[in-house]
This record gives sequence, C-alpha cells and structure tokens, in this order.
Amino acid sequence: MTIAEKILAAKSGKTSATPGEIVEAFPDLVMSHTATWRSASVMQRIGATKLYDPDRLAIVLDHISPAKTEKYAADQQISRNFARNNGVTKFYDIDAGIAHLVLMEAGHVLPGDLIVGTDSHCTIYGSLGALGTGIGYTEVTSVWITGKLWLKVPESIRIILENRFASGVYSKDLMLYLIGKLGADGCSYKSVEFYGGSVSDLSVSERMTMTNLAMEMGVKCAFFPPDEKTAAYLKDKLADPSRYRPVYADPDAKYEQDIPVDISKLEPMVACPHEVENTKPIGEVAGTHIDQVFLGSCANAKYEDLVVAAGILKGRRIHPGVRMIITPGSKKIMMDAMSSGVLQTLMESGGLVTNPGCGACAGDGGTLADGEVCLSTANRNFIGRMGSSKSQIYLSSPATLAASAIKGVISDPREFLA
Amino acid sequence: MQSVIQGRVYKFGDNVNSDIIIPGRYLIYIDRERLGQHAFEMLGEGFPDKLRSFDILVAGRNFGCGSAREQAATAIQGLGIKAVVATSFARTFYRNAINDGLPIVECPALVTAVQEGDEIQIDLEAGKIHFGSQEFTFPKMPDSVRKILELGGLAEYLKSQLHPAPPAPQA
Repeated sequence: MTIAEKILAAKSGKTSATPGEIVEAFPDLVMSHTATWRSASVMQRIGATKLYDPDRLAIVLDHISPAKTEKYAADQQISRNFARNNGVTKFYDIDAGIAHLVLMEAGHVLPGDLIVGTDSHCTIYGSLGALGTGIGYTEVTSVWITGKLWLKVPESIRIILENRFASGVYSKDLMLYLIGKLGADGCSYKSVEFYGGSVSDLSVSERMTMTNLAMEMGVKCAFFPPDEKTAAYLKDKLADPSRYRPVYADPDAKYEQDIPVDISKLEPMVACPHEVENTKPIGEVAGTHIDQVFLGSCANAKYEDLVVAAGILKGRRIHPGVRMIITPGSKKIMMDAMSSGVLQTLMESGGLVTNPGCGACAGDGGTLADGEVCLSTANRNFIGRMGSSKSQIYLSSPATLAASAIKGVISDPREFLA
Repeated sequence: MQSVIQGRVYKFGDNVNSDIIIPGRYLIYIDRERLGQHAFEMLGEGFPDKLRSFDILVAGRNFGCGSAREQAATAIQGLGIKAVVATSFARTFYRNAINDGLPIVECPALVTAVQEGDEIQIDLEAGKIHFGSQEFTFPKMPDSVRKILELGGLAEYLKSQLHPAPPAPQA
C-alpha cells in the first residue's frame, strides 16, 4: 500500500484500502480557521449540541486578524465563544499566525495522522508525513459531530527528485516548474509522494513549501516520508513522544506514475497572472514593472524564507517605487526573526512588517489598486485575489522577491548571490 | 433538488477557480442571496446579472479549483443556477457542491457539444442529459450522495439524522 492507502485504511479501521474505494474515516484532527463561526452557525441551526471529541478540534483565527470590521469582530466572537463553551483546548487567537504553521509548531501534526480542515492548503501537513486535505465548513460541522467523513482512496504518484538545487533556486521554483509542467489539474484527486536522492537534503521548511504548493496541481494530499529531519523537527514538540509513528509505503505499493526531476537543472521560476500554472523561467519575465512585493503566506513566510530574503536585502535598500510588505507566518517565526536580527534587516531595507497571519494573501491589507502589479511569495495569483480585478499578481521564491524589490522590476536573484 | 433539471446553459472554459466564483472579501456571508449578488463579479460589471438569465453552468476541466471555500457552491445557487456540468471538477468544489445541495455532473462529451444559450435537460436519476436529439450519459450518483442532494445539502441531512421524523402512525 502507498502512504495514503495505509493512513486511510488505518483511520477507517480496515487492514487495507485500494484506490477508488470509499472509506468512512475518523480524522485525528479537524482544523478550522476564520471559517469556524460558519461551522458553529451550522451546528446551532441543525440543533446539534455535542461534539464527537473536543480534543480533535483545532481552531486558529488567522485570516483577517485582528478583526478589521464589526462583522469580522462578531464572527471571531462566535468562534472564541464556541471554543470556550465546548472545551476546545487547541484554540489559537489572533496573535498566533497562520493555522497550518501554528499547528505544526505546536506539535499537533504527526506522521500518519489524518487531518481535515477548512482550507485547501491542508496538504502542507504531508511535510511531516500526515494526510492533510481541505473540506468545506458544513462538512467540518459534520466531522465535529459525527467524528467521521467519507473519503475516496486516491491513486498515488511518485515524484522522484535527484541532485541539488543550483544557487538561487529553491523549493518554490521546483513547485512552480512542476505546476507549469503538469497543470492546475495535473495531479487532480491524486496523492503525491516525494522521493529521490534530493529529499534528505530538503529542510522541513522546504518540504512545507512543496506540500503546500502541491495543492495548486490539484492533489488530494502530498507526502514526504518521515526521516531524521522530521523526527528532529518534532522532537521537542510532542507531549507524548510515543505518538511518533511514521507511516511508509510498502515496497510493492502501486503507483500510477513516476515523475523524475533533476532539480540541478532548474532555474528560478515565476508564475504569471492569473493562474499558477502560467509559469515562466525568470529570464522571460525579468524587467517586468512591480509596485508591491509581499513576503508572506503559508507557502513562504517561514523563518528560513525570511532569512533568504534578508540575506539578499542586508545592507541594501529596496527600490523607491516599490512597497515591501512582510507578514511572518506565525508569532514564533516573528519572534525568532526578531531575536536573530532578520526583522531589523528587512525593516532597514525599507520593508513594512505586519502582524503574523495570512495578511495580504487573504485580502487583509496590502490591497492592490487598478493597474498595480504585485510580486508575492504566496501560492495563488488568481484575478482580484489581492484587490482590484485590474491588478496583477506574480508568484516567486523569497530570493526572487528580494532581488526584485531592490531593482524595482522582476529580477533574477542569482546576480545577488554570486 | 429536482430530479430533472432543464434550462439554458452558460459556458465557461477550463480552471475556473473559486476566487473567481466568489472573491474572498464576501466570505463574511453564508446566505445564497448576498453571495449570488457578487458571484463571478471579477469577470466584469454586470456579470452576476447576466448569469441570472441562464439556468445551468457548463465548464471545462477543473471547475472550482483553488480555495476550499464552500461559498463558491452557495454563490452559484444564489444566481438561480440549478446545476453545473463540467469536463471535471476540483475535489473540494465537488464535495462542497454536494454538501450545499447543488447538483454537479461530469460529462465531457456534453461540454464539447453545447454553446452558450443552448437548452439542455439533465435527468439525475437516469444519469442522462438530453440536448436536442442527442443523448449523453454520465455515471449515476451513489444513493448516499443523492440523499444529501435531495434534502438540500449536508446540513439538512445531518438535521434529519439528529432529529429523525416520528414513525408514521400504524394503519
């Protein structure tokens, strides 16, 4: 069995699971973010009062936080009261950051877990070997009450990575390359497992970027098989270390396809408006005018990402025609970047640092006017996502973002890394 | 949910994402009416009103990709749209549509055959679509899914499970 087949079998009390089969699975964790009030409203409307298991709920108020209108404030109040009244202890308020990063930092995501949540980028939990997948808010209510949901067992695909990135090329560039090559539905409904000689070199942070971006080719879930780096990341985070139980694919597991990639051949990549699959090598878009850069989102606002950007920006100023917004992914990331001096470097170079959270990626500040162009490290460049339907969003790695902020146009980071 | 859905189609291309269907700024609403007012507004002024004169959306590959926002399905219903037929759907939209009580059908051949304004008839129970003299088939939905759609969505289904109707009086 593949990793997805094994996890889905285990969580539905079966000894095996095969692609196409529908199982009734019991998730270990149900994540809800800003959408929590909607699930709570459904629960009230249908007259349900009892949760299956409050310990399986995790609530993080990350999008549009702190509240910017009375409506958001009222919605957050519903979420907060719901957590309090129902004994939900894994509750994180507006100070914590982006749900995915917060839950992984807190040790709530373990190899072999099944995690569903009100966010398509739940696929990121596969960076630690957990099966994460997105569902809607009504279905979250259903899992809150019944403890279970139906899931189709997906076919699996192996992506086999060999060699090392060249200087200036990162996991974001690899994923933009793959999304461009395979398309926005290139892995639709599939489970993706990453293997190959490159995998042990990739940090947990890079794995997070990759399993997050995998969503943009339509995956149901994506995995890095747990290794020493996974164990080291979780070492001091687990209340009960005996719960560290990695799940691996069997040697005779069946895969629909193997996709080999020599990552040493890749260049920095940029996704152009208005679809993530519209990717181009940096050379084809270099020189494009930009008004704003956004270093943020669950894809690329982790500590390592801020360090990469700060490495290029240190001792330099961003172009006077560019605004740079930095939204650290979580409070912990922000505090680490504060004590290491990374935040100071980013601010000295001309950047604005906001509170941790989803920020401009979710339309919270940093709104774009008609005709404006933003280069972002986020995972989506859909029309109007950051403001006007007449604005444009390009996506890149933090390094390409930093180089571009300095030059005022989309620029190759390699000239700053030579 | 009606078992037979009839009406005029509006046709989209591939990869219509859920940010286009309903922008993030309107996720503060969950009611059909208000969401419908802003559905697809990113595509131009007056677009929501234009779509109201159609009954069924037809689209290419990967309809509803991107964000897992359930309101994408709700907003489409807010326009008075009764069903979506596509070459394929993104998995989160597919689940959300069922859970929101919006019938969805994967039927690539029909998508190729029709143009904007064409009249089609979908028979969900029979797994057939009629377009003029042509007939297209699609796999019938599992009974469990049909039950959710018939009741108008997952919330109503859950309600029916939590508060079962009293047994009919003995004859």
